[in-house]
Amino acid sequence: MEFFDNHKKLFGVATLLFSVLTLFVAIFPAISNQRYIKPLPDAPTLTEAAARGKALYISNGCVACHSQQVRNIEMDKSWGTRASLAADYAGNTRTDFWRNTATLMGTARIGPDLTDIGNRQPSLEWNLVHLFNPRIVVPESIMPAYPWLFKITKEVTETDFVVNIPDEGLISNTQKVVATQDALDLVAYLQSLKQTPLPDGTALPKFLLEKTETNDAAVKTSTAEGKALYVAHCQACHQANGKGLPGAFPPLKGSGVVTGQNLTLYVDIIMNGYDARPEYGAMSAIGANLGWTEKEVAAIINYERTSWGNAAPEVTTTEIKKILDFLKDKTKQQ
Amino acid sequence: MKHIRLILLLLLSGPAVLVNAQDMLPYTTRLDLTSLIIGFILVNILLLLMMTMTFKKQVDSFISFYKKQHGSTPNTERFKTNVKNLTSKQITELIKFKNEVKKNKKLLLLCFIPIPISLPNIVAAQKAPVASQNATSNSIWEQGPVIITIILLLLVLLTTAIVLIIKVKWSINSKKNKLKQKEAIDLADYLKSVPDRSLRTIKNQKESLDYSLTHHELSGTLPTADKRGLLHIRPEAGLPIVSAKKKMRSDHTIDPALSKVIQWYFISATFWLLFGTTVGEYLGIKFVAPDVDSLSWLNFGRLRPVHTNAVFWGWSSLGMLGLGYYIVPRVSNSPLANIKWAWYALHCINLSITLGSITLMMGINNGGGEYREYIWPIMLIFGIGLALTLSNYFITVARRKTTEIYISNWYIVSALSFFTIVGLVGYLPQWQKGLGETIVQGYYMHQAVGMWFMLFTLGIVYYFLPQQLNKPIYSYSLGILAFWAQIVFYTLIGTHHFVFSAIPWWLQTVAIVASVGMVIPVIAGTTNFLMTFKGAWYKLRDSYTLPFFLVGIIFYFTGSMQGTAEAFRYANLIWHFTDFTVAHSHMTMYGIITFLLWAGIYSLIPQLTGREAPQLTIGIHFWLALIGLLLYSIPLMYGGSLRGLSWIAGEPFVDSVSLMLPYWLWRAIGGTLMWLSHLVFAFNMYKMIARPLPSLAIEQTAIDLLMKTDNKMHDN
Repeated sequence: MEFFDNHKKLFGVATLLFSVLTLFVAIFPAISNQRYIKPLPDAPTLTEAAARGKALYISNGCVACHSQQVRNIEMDKSWGTRASLAADYAGNTRTDFWRNTATLMGTARIGPDLTDIGNRQPSLEWNLVHLFNPRIVVPESIMPAYPWLFKITKEVTETDFVVNIPDEGLISNTQKVVATQDALDLVAYLQSLKQTPLPDGTALPKFLLEKTETNDAAVKTSTAEGKALYVAHCQACHQANGKGLPGAFPPLKGSGVVTGQNLTLYVDIIMNGYDARPEYGAMSAIGANLGWTEKEVAAIINYERTSWGNAAPEVTTTEIKKILDFLKDKTKQQ
Repeated sequence: MKHIRLILLLLLSGPAVLVNAQDMLPYTTRLDLTSLIIGFILVNILLLLMMTMTFKKQVDSFISFYKKQHGSTPNTERFKTNVKNLTSKQITELIKFKNEVKKNKKLLLLCFIPIPISLPNIVAAQKAPVASQNATSNSIWEQGPVIITIILLLLVLLTTAIVLIIKVKWSINSKKNKLKQKEAIDLADYLKSVPDRSLRTIKNQKESLDYSLTHHELSGTLPTADKRGLLHIRPEAGLPIVSAKKKMRSDHTIDPALSKVIQWYFISATFWLLFGTTVGEYLGIKFVAPDVDSLSWLNFGRLRPVHTNAVFWGWSSLGMLGLGYYIVPRVSNSPLANIKWAWYALHCINLSITLGSITLMMGINNGGGEYREYIWPIMLIFGIGLALTLSNYFITVARRKTTEIYISNWYIVSALSFFTIVGLVGYLPQWQKGLGETIVQGYYMHQAVGMWFMLFTLGIVYYFLPQQLNKPIYSYSLGILAFWAQIVFYTLIGTHHFVFSAIPWWLQTVAIVASVGMVIPVIAGTTNFLMTFKGAWYKLRDSYTLPFFLVGIIFYFTGSMQGTAEAFRYANLIWHFTDFTVAHSHMTMYGIITFLLWAGIYSLIPQLTGREAPQLTIGIHFWLALIGLLLYSIPLMYGGSLRGLSWIAGEPFVDSVSLMLPYWLWRAIGGTLMWLSHLVFAFNMYKMIARPLPSLAIEQTAIDLLMKTDNKMHDN
């Protein structure tokens, strides 16, 4: 055939076909996306520190292991309250003359998704210890350590931010670990990673493939569920053995709050955080951030009250619901 | 010591660890100075050992030669073999000389000049740079600059040792040739004084040498020839560790200048393969021992793109281009348009990857999109190399002396032309805001794989597979069908990496449908290749290149079909974000592309240089790579599936990390085998490309010497 024997026609047509398909499958969708999709009205802009932190996040290739996208399916529910929308990424523009836009959606979850990490783990102290060496707080972790974001020194000035590193032979007794500006910036970026609430009146889009849950509310929740919640949300600080980390996170084993009578304080801490003891890092409002109901709170309390040698009486969801209502009223009155 | 322990662990304890999978914690191995130095020394010793073994044979033959010459055997015994080895022509010359001597009744005494020979101190030369073993414990040794100095020092020592060994090798060789020269003089002496009685024997020898049948006893007088190269007579079989394979024949028609540039493409590609996979191997170790170092330049997130980009743009691209520089002019039946451009393109690409690797380790990258981590100025250098190659190939095809354009050139030239477009779409800033970046990323990374590596490699197979099977491709039409189907379907599948994401739903669906459409080109291609094998399967037994082709073709089918399976929405629930995708990319980029490139390289280089690698080491390379790949990918696929199921079940994330540890250990073991196979491959490259040391032929030199004295006598 003449067409096949003419190099100009053959390669011309092949290239044209490829280019046309490219236009329709890549360039047009991309252009229409960036033209019509705007950031959400409440989307905050990054603070200066967080912007510097994002640059560090990019340059250290964190995206190799951490995605930043909640898919609209049931199994991704643990990473955020709603699926990520195109609007969530619309604010990203070219980094600078040399570097392209970084939406940092990622294609691997060797580590957890970080879309909403600012709500899940906002603690500055925890993040710094974790960056210095993740295995101090999560022994199973395989994340790299970032010691070059810290200074190990004997002399600490007033402006230095000292990180409490539990004694595990990583540094000598006389030395202190001081967070550099880079470490603080990176944590500032992580703290800024929160899902923007949708504008008032917009219903949350539903997750696909949702599990149909059997709803036996008033029944005592199983310890298995309590353990799962504890592992996912509490263990990073309070540890699997409930002993916490000396100098950083308090123990729950034998804790007066956990085994004592003051249920209101206990629930308040879980829902709204706690920062009353200077020797430990501040606890964030983990329950409120994640929208926990009496079911989750009761499950966690019952797990904590019956583990590691703790032997306090279990609670019911009805009890907890009362306390939650009371706490809600209290915050309203304030 | 911990370092050694880790290596031992990797090699031995894989199965044992499986037992208590759920309790596994990452290894606390750290690279301290002691283990670093010990590791370094171990590598050095290994290197030196390998080098020593390569020239042990030479030293041995030198010593035996020396002994023979300095022994007390009488001349008749000593030169028995030499005299036996004389060819008919040499004997004719010898007899002529003898007759001359008789005629002149003149005997000329050759003065015997003893050449002082001193054996070089071989033992001294082999001393390994075993230094500063006790450099531990003291805190000064843990200072960065001191460590760097020590490593630099060791590097210098290693280089010195290598240079020394090469020098010694050369000097032994020249000494040996000197000995041979002396032997030749002695032989000439002996031949001169040989009595008539012995001369008669030698004359008989000549007669027997000269005797031949008419060669027409069986075949008649009609001319015969093995024009198609059907007959292959194997020389001495040697130790039968592996079955002997067919030898390659060298191609004498290739322009030496082109041959040289092609060889340098392969040398560069091999370097990037070694570099890239060494980094990859180290990354694999980091999965099980995350604290192995704590240097910012070697951080996991920074090294990962160094690995992927080096094997993509360095190894695979350069390997493909090198093969392309042979195929394109060859099937166009016309010389390459411009050899200088080929050199410039090579320099551009090497420069780009060098700069790219350094900047990535420094922490400068383009923003995290896979395979476009190099910032644009660096990728531009790479692009210039590609543009030079594209015009070079295109002009060569335009000047072809054949009417039709062979199918290989369809694939190869199109791959270059498409990838230029892909690069522009991926790097131009006009459509990269917000999610536009992600849509372009899906397109870019998948077109880089499918329209660059896959298309180009298919072109290579369409040329070399028929060549190696010595029969035409099964169906030209199937090749054409696969070509157009590949363009139509592959272009659309990019966004299947972002299923369930915020990318428009219709775009995800188009990608999934097109992924199913990929069945057409893949089955067309696989059928075509396997049917070409049909009727020639027995050749697999006789060839060392065809197994590489076959593995590549099998992975072409399985790897591509796996890609289709992974694109479905349900599959995305289990496998997306897990190590399953890592296994998939290795089964394709390694199983398909790398195996087919090896097939092409092992086919081509012997034709260029006339030298083949030892068949034993080619076999070792093949099996290490294949077993390594399977050990790497199967556990990752299994573990990845378990991990996905664990996520679906809503188990805590950290459980899925401990779950993966044994499979990550297996990956490190498989990766180690693959990495070892690349060392063997590099050795094979050396054997195929490096010129062997010149060796002196005793018999011919002796005859030459006689002729010289003969001429002198005439002059007198």
